[in-house]
Amino acid sequence: MTFRCAVGTDAFAVRTVLQSLASAPPLADLAPDRRITAELVLAEALNNVAEHAYGGRDGQLSVTVRLTAAGLSCRIVDSGLAMPATGLPPGHLPALAGTALGDLPEGGFGWHLIRTLTTELSYAREDGQNRLSFLIPV
Amino acid sequence: MQMQTRTWPTVLSIEVMEDRIDAASAIQFKERMRDLTQTGEPRVVLDLGNVRFLDSSGLGAIVAVKKLLGPDRLLELSSLTPAVEKVFRLTRMDSIFTIHPTHAAALAHDATT
Repeated sequence: MTFRCAVGTDAFAVRTVLQSLASAPPLADLAPDRRITAELVLAEALNNVAEHAYGGRDGQLSVTVRLTAAGLSCRIVDSGLAMPATGLPPGHLPALAGTALGDLPEGGFGWHLIRTLTTELSYAREDGQNRLSFLIPV
Repeated sequence: MQMQTRTWPTVLSIEVMEDRIDAASAIQFKERMRDLTQTGEPRVVLDLGNVRFLDSSGLGAIVAVKKLLGPDRLLELSSLTPAVEKVFRLTRMDSIFTIHPTHAAALAHDATT
């Protein structure tokens, strides 16, 4: 199942495609905990495309989800800016212990969630497109 | 963004009436919370029982509200649904917030002990 959407200056387009994804097979057929995981990981990945690859400008993306014996196979393609040459962000969780209130992190969780909840994470830049794929084990 | 508030002498309780706090609504959530908490009660209990989806932007907004309240006021959470609980646990933010199983438990909790 492939979903296409146009993203822009706000995140409502991403919300709409996520709601479409979550309410139709294969996501809708997953056990509740797996569906929650899938929706969360896809949200983080799609918001990254809108905020970073397109930097809040208008652009197109597509999401393909397919249920296999191993899990939910996901692929996101966009034509925004490439990831840095160093590759996908490491997603280290910001330190919390002993952190002063004013220094608590308000971001930097997205790649941690993606890396924690997926396997077979891969990224390629081909033909001017970003191609991110991962598996959410079931 | 719809929020419902109730006030007690030392507690302000705020129930989020939306089913998601996500990248699309995080800024609005933070602004509404800033407005609603101007009344100054020392404890703010945020009831997330209706929220069935929270992403990292929504989480960041909740952390931002805790910071806005400053060191002398508490932001506590109640009634986390499984999807919301998962985000707090995976980011270890569950170690930063007092989290009550239900709103009633939050109100019964005496923060001074």
